[in-house]
Amino acid sequence: MSITTIDTAIEPRILTGSQAIIESIIAEGTDVMFGYPGGQVIPIYDALYDYTDRIHHVLVRHEQAAVHAAEGYARATGRVGVCMVTSGPGATNAVTGLADAMMDSTPVVLISGQVSASLLGTDSFQETNFVGITQAVTKWNIQVKRAEDIPDAISRAFYIARSGRPGPVVVDITKDAQVARTPFKYSRTENIRSYVSRPEVDIRSIEDAVQLINLSRRPMALVGQGVQLAGAEKELLAFLEKSGMPAASTLLGLSSLPSSHPQNVGMLGMHGNYGPNVKNRECDLLVAIGMRFDDRVTGRVEDFGINAKVVHLEIDPSEVNKLIYADVPVIGDIKDTLPMITERISGGKYEEWIDEFRACYDVEYEKIIREETCPTSGAVRMGEVVHKISTAVRDSAIMVTDVGQHQMMAARYFKYYNPRSIITSGGLGTMGYGLPAAIGAKLGMPGKRVCLFVGDGGFQMNIQELCTILQTRVGVKIILLNNGYLGMVRQWQELFFNERYSFTTLVNPDFSLIAAANGIEYARVEKRDDLDAAIERMFFHDDAFIMEVKVDSGENVFPMVPAGAAVTDIMLE
Amino acid sequence: MEKEYIITIFSENKVGLLNQVTTIFTCRNINIESVTASESAISGIHRYTIVVHTDQEKIEKVVKQIEKKVDVLKAYVYTLDQVVQQEIAMYRVRRSASIEHIVRKFNVRVLEVGEDYMVLEKTGHASETRELFENLKPHGLLQFVRSGVVSLPKSDAEREDLHHYLSLHDPQYGNY
Ligand SMILES: Cc1ncc(C[n+]2csc(CCOP(=O)(O)OP(=O)(O)O)c2C)c(N)n1
Ligand SMILES: [Mg+2]
Repeated sequence: MSITTIDTAIEPRILTGSQAIIESIIAEGTDVMFGYPGGQVIPIYDALYDYTDRIHHVLVRHEQAAVHAAEGYARATGRVGVCMVTSGPGATNAVTGLADAMMDSTPVVLISGQVSASLLGTDSFQETNFVGITQAVTKWNIQVKRAEDIPDAISRAFYIARSGRPGPVVVDITKDAQVARTPFKYSRTENIRSYVSRPEVDIRSIEDAVQLINLSRRPMALVGQGVQLAGAEKELLAFLEKSGMPAASTLLGLSSLPSSHPQNVGMLGMHGNYGPNVKNRECDLLVAIGMRFDDRVTGRVEDFGINAKVVHLEIDPSEVNKLIYADVPVIGDIKDTLPMITERISGGKYEEWIDEFRACYDVEYEKIIREETCPTSGAVRMGEVVHKISTAVRDSAIMVTDVGQHQMMAARYFKYYNPRSIITSGGLGTMGYGLPAAIGAKLGMPGKRVCLFVGDGGFQMNIQELCTILQTRVGVKIILLNNGYLGMVRQWQELFFNERYSFTTLVNPDFSLIAAANGIEYARVEKRDDLDAAIERMFFHDDAFIMEVKVDSGENVFPMVPAGAAVTDIMLE
Repeated sequence: MEKEYIITIFSENKVGLLNQVTTIFTCRNINIESVTASESAISGIHRYTIVVHTDQEKIEKVVKQIEKKVDVLKAYVYTLDQVVQQEIAMYRVRRSASIEHIVRKFNVRVLEVGEDYMVLEKTGHASETRELFENLKPHGLLQFVRSGVVSLPKSDAEREDLHHYLSLHDPQYGNY
């Protein structure tokens, strides 16, 4: 048989739009997706019924959780997270998840059903203008009204979601397009003319950066999530080891570099480490690598790096000079730009400078860390729980958090060994993120231990997902740090609002009964002495587990840069 | 210092894109003075001209955010001295001797003459169309409409940059 006859033999198959949707996402390598059915996606769900051997659809209990789970999956695996919701209320429920993914550059594709094209704009049942609503919270979105446009729209969606600076994409598909028939041919998008996913590197910017680095006496690298998004952890290590400079991370950047690396001086920002904050004024060069100078990192921008030149390595040109002026912007993919810089710098050693950070760490240890992680009296502290769990799991875990005091404690006291081992909501600070994100992470990386640290407030924001765990059997370890308060808000009320604890006290349900109702093993820890045994039991157990720890209800997260203050005014108490 | 800037945007013809672009201005609390949109010289690519009043720092950030939109190919920002700009205004007036005098004085084009009305056209800068407006007002001005600004840069840079961009990023470029 000649090649031409083979070609003509492969007539494109005729599929329904719904089948085309599933075949398209499978062609993109999707093996897990999260969703919730409804009127305007019934045809897609009907088609999905025939693909259950190729794609694992996880039925969540709320559409917000579908997006967060897709985010958790994406953050753990580096692949695009996929989710699906119906029109109207299903779609609007997903908006918070999209906003979260947008802020944290998480690649997610959301397929939403839409009313038939002929009904658009008529306020028909469960119609919302979802493309309009999600404009501000997506990297890109598109409405598809014809079956034949589905493969191309999905192909573009995946390309846009994962490339460049990643982000969420919505593909809104009308019901008539789902049921119409179309010849199916799929090709992966590799280029969109209006969109530059990998900017060309300007060699002059590299040379200028090299010059500043070579001249610097007190440099500091500011490591963001961009390193992990670019898969440039090795390139970062090579750069740091040749340049010799200390490196501090943003919250999302934490696992870009092992915690134990001698040049790692800790976390930046409001509840970051003492050294990288207080030394900010002494730096003569800041090398920002894939980070965006969020105000939680910079404190008062006017005071940030006042004696430092700034080199900013960034893939998104709109981030450069947005908040902090860059003396040398290096636009490009870090995977390209970092090695170009590493190759050209003369290399250095900053032993004494790094020792100054170590001295700061010692101060912080004496004032805060020892008491937080190894207390000998009083109520159980969040930090000691995190510390013990981190010690137990070492390099085998992915840590997921919700939002609040426990999030900061977890970020501070967990030790990172591998890339992508912290999954947390940074930019949006979305309470309720943790539980579904942990489910997504575990399904993406079944071989890893997934440990969720969650507060008693945020746990209840998507607590319905415990039943997803029951139905799908997802072995996440849930460490519920129960302080009886919306702790982070309570801390601000204590420090800045004259201890007026307005509506931050929580009367909580009996979490053991909730665990039991969802068929999840449970242990409660009220005393320090019971902690080790409970941790052991949790990890010995194969399935999901909830370990509730009654922690000190009055504890605060320190150090702290008060809102609007300079980072150098960081408070130790 | 605040002044007038003219932004030229080249984009795909995508539903809702104008809305996305204008939102970028509203988020930063910048008022849009005028917008025009139409197909550009390159088929399939749309061209927007937006006039705003703001400062240098803000405008630079805004332009980068516009260019970040997936469907935007390129955006350029100009100060007034860097472009030649025009807008068009139309006036429906009652016919009278004094109107005819103004028509001659301001070099106005007469588009239509009805039994008791005339429709006039004036192209020029906003100040010129406004001046004519003020002059016509006491003499039976019935209706008035003004377009947004269209502009072309004086230098070749935009043309060359766009050409360079398309030859890099559009494999079909040149075949249109
Ligand atoms: C959806 C949402 N609503 C409100 C907030 C504001 N907020 C931030 S932290 C916090 C308290 C969280 O309490 P809890 O989950 O118990 O965690 P803790 O701080 O006590 O560790 C609140 C209300 C938020 N970040 N997200
Ligand atoms: Mg709490």
